[in-house]
Amino acid sequence: MDSPQAPARGSSSAVERPLLQVQNISCNYELERAVFDLSLTVNRGEQVCLLGPSGCGKTTVLRAIAGFHPVLTGGIFINDQQVSAAGAMVPPEARRLGMVFQDHALFPHLSVQQNVASGLRQFSARDRKEAVADMLERMGLTRHAKRYPHELSGGQQQRVALARALAPRPLLLLMDEPFSNLDQELRERMGQEVSDMLKENDITCVMVTHDQNDAFALGDKVGVMADGAIVQWDTPYNLYHRPQNHFVADFIGNGIFLAGELCSANRVTTPLGNLDSGTALGWVVGSQVEVLIRPDDVIYDSQGPVKAQVMRRAFKGAEIMYTLRTSSQITLLALFPSHANFEIGDEVSVRLEVDHLVVFARESESA
Amino acid sequence: MLRRVTRFSPWTLGTVMLALLAVTPVVTVVWLAVHPSDDIWQHLLDTSLSVYLSNTLLLMLGVGVSVLLTGVATAWLVTMCRFPGRGMFEWLLIFPLAIPAYVIAYAYTDLLEYAGPVQMVLRGLFGWSSPRDYWFPEIRSLWGAMILMGVVLYPYVYLLARAAFLEQSVNVLEVSRVLGRGPWHTFYSISLPAARPAVAVGVALALMETLNDYGTVDFFAVRTMTAGLIDVWLGMGSLAGGAQIATTMLVFVIALITLERISRRHQKVYQQSSTRFRALPAYRLTGWRAFAAGGLCAIPVTVGFVIPVAVLSYLALLYFEDSWTSEFRTYALNSLTLSSIAALLALGVALFIAYSRRLGGGRLLGVAARVASLGYAMPGAVLAVGTVVPFAAFDNSVDAFLRAHLGFSSGLLLSGTVVAVLFAYVVRFLAVALGQIESSLEKVSPSMDMAARTLGYRAGQTLLRYHVPLIRGGMLTAVMIVFVDCMKELPATLLLRPFNFETLATHVYQFASDEMLGEAALGSLTIVVVGLIPVLVLSWMISRSRVTPRNRAGQD
Repeated sequence: MDSPQAPARGSSSAVERPLLQVQNISCNYELERAVFDLSLTVNRGEQVCLLGPSGCGKTTVLRAIAGFHPVLTGGIFINDQQVSAAGAMVPPEARRLGMVFQDHALFPHLSVQQNVASGLRQFSARDRKEAVADMLERMGLTRHAKRYPHELSGGQQQRVALARALAPRPLLLLMDEPFSNLDQELRERMGQEVSDMLKENDITCVMVTHDQNDAFALGDKVGVMADGAIVQWDTPYNLYHRPQNHFVADFIGNGIFLAGELCSANRVTTPLGNLDSGTALGWVVGSQVEVLIRPDDVIYDSQGPVKAQVMRRAFKGAEIMYTLRTSSQITLLALFPSHANFEIGDEVSVRLEVDHLVVFARESESA
Repeated sequence: MLRRVTRFSPWTLGTVMLALLAVTPVVTVVWLAVHPSDDIWQHLLDTSLSVYLSNTLLLMLGVGVSVLLTGVATAWLVTMCRFPGRGMFEWLLIFPLAIPAYVIAYAYTDLLEYAGPVQMVLRGLFGWSSPRDYWFPEIRSLWGAMILMGVVLYPYVYLLARAAFLEQSVNVLEVSRVLGRGPWHTFYSISLPAARPAVAVGVALALMETLNDYGTVDFFAVRTMTAGLIDVWLGMGSLAGGAQIATTMLVFVIALITLERISRRHQKVYQQSSTRFRALPAYRLTGWRAFAAGGLCAIPVTVGFVIPVAVLSYLALLYFEDSWTSEFRTYALNSLTLSSIAALLALGVALFIAYSRRLGGGRLLGVAARVASLGYAMPGAVLAVGTVVPFAAFDNSVDAFLRAHLGFSSGLLLSGTVVAVLFAYVVRFLAVALGQIESSLEKVSPSMDMAARTLGYRAGQTLLRYHVPLIRGGMLTAVMIVFVDCMKELPATLLLRPFNFETLATHVYQFASDEMLGEAALGSLTIVVVGLIPVLVLSWMISRSRVTPRNRAGQD
């Protein structure tokens, strides 16, 4: 029996202990291995995000943290207490977590304030009332306190779900695709709003999503998942500009890969010219590599060395995404300001300006 | 803090125990089949078994054909044709479901027997004076039983066929018409084959009821397996003999379950079109065709509901003074109490099993739930055999133990008490409640469970605080259907009730056996009126689904 340890006063800042530690867990989903030897660490006040395509195991990880899914190996620790081990777990109701779902999962037979109060039954009546009022106020829901979930808009339901999850002051907030049910515009606004609110209130949060915009809006750190494992754990900036492998480079943002060859320690020769890297690339000269070219690396320049034909265009407001084909039959994606307006079939001149050269070893035989 | 995860949580364990308890009667009968104790097989074979078998087969054949024709024809007319009164017939056609077969048998016997009004009028009209002067069909016969059971059991086929016709793809029908097939040809080559699995399920359910029936066949002296079983048990006092007939009936039960299960599997394949509520292209009937369609729908409603209810109402009024006695009120109260307790027990068990499946547990719990709901296919008489044998064994062993160790006798604890009756009711009707609760629970999003759990509620608290309020409607329906089924139940009640304990059903049966149909009418009518409640709810749902074809899915 380990007694709940009260942190020693004043010393908490000296050694920052992570709030959540997931250590080498493996899980099965419907008799098949869904998570392999996965570890992650979340510090107090940090917001992290697990990002990946559907079926990558991210939801299973979240369910394991919440206590709905057993782990076959490894362990999960919240606040230095082990909550999951192989063959043993603390039930979800004893983990002090808040959870927000894609479908909000509001209790339809309870009003907004009853929903928010539903996690507060340990509180005295007065404390409960105060906590609910405070939470509703903070979420801008005071006017809707007496309404029922079906009378609210999607964004309001989202706020109620968040208020309900946060009212009992959970140690950790878990969110499962929280914005997927909202339309695009609301989604961006809610993402920002929730991010600000979590930061202001110093709330530790783990979110799971398949949408990189959601992940970037909310995550201090983002773990990109594929086939039950985290393939890169990094800041959104680094995921985009310094992807560590082909999968991440492909999954995050747009871009194409250009075949090349190292002609010096920090220089790659490609069919579209030589590209320089500020630092040594770590391959011997002559290595066969591929270089990631993002659409914003392709600059419109009437004097540019590369001539290409516009194959496709997609209007994005301030910018237009063009699909170009060079005379050497290489397809490029290019993002130009929309006042440079070209039609399909037009000839354009471009140059490559790559700030962060992302280079991977070329598979010996790639198409 | 860290709790061991065991394969057998209290929920899983409870569900497995409940399933084992519910399957005890079935296992008992199978066990009796392989361990015949008192060998009266030879005697049965020599004397009456062949009669029981042939009568049962003939009755099932007759009822099967009759419900098939009536159910499919009426379902096709009201879904695919337009004629005056169609909307009304759509829900009126299920009304005969409210009438137990034995009640309709009593009503028609009173109407058509020698001293009854029909023959009296005929004699008056034609000046006949004795039965030798004319021929009149004998209603108390195998034929009578076939017709009357067919006319109250066809709604099973009607309901399922109607649903199947409604859910068929409009596009397929339109293609068929465009390709030049007429309405009849389309019906035979497209609609009917697609609805076949649903129809087969309906027929299987109707035949289970036929096999279960005791009141009608006893009154009409049709010696079926059920009649034989009860005759051997009660009449000759041979439980062993009854048990051996029960084991023979198991063969029928297994055949019917197999038919139903296989058909249900096919049903899923055929009925998955997305254009469910798109209006079907209707054949507008006019003139004599419209009249004939209306008439065809009116026949089963009139024969199966209007006439028997009229006869029973008339008799109930006529004999009210004799019928409305304090005994009657006691019996009614007995029925009410017994059925209510059984319905609530079935609800509780169904909630427990359905929720524990929701909590996880995988295949084991799926099998447990399936096993627990086997009772619906068991005829009441067979179930009674399967109940009485283990209950007596339990009583005897408790008694023996007490006498050996404490020196006193406990006598009979369970057998011959209402506990046995309640047990049989719950086993027989658990499937209804379980199906209802499971489909209601399915509509509640699983994230609702997770939300409640992370907010600090344990599994049981989550069920009571958050699921129960959300599935109130389904729970009410489950309780209502089980309640009514228990009210109507005759054979198991007759065999398991305590000495001198009467319910409305046994009371009606007793009077009818004594040829006192007038005195039995008030009780019969009461059973019918109570039985009407779920039928009215069902017909209300049918008419509502028609008024708002795009009813708001998932709102209730």
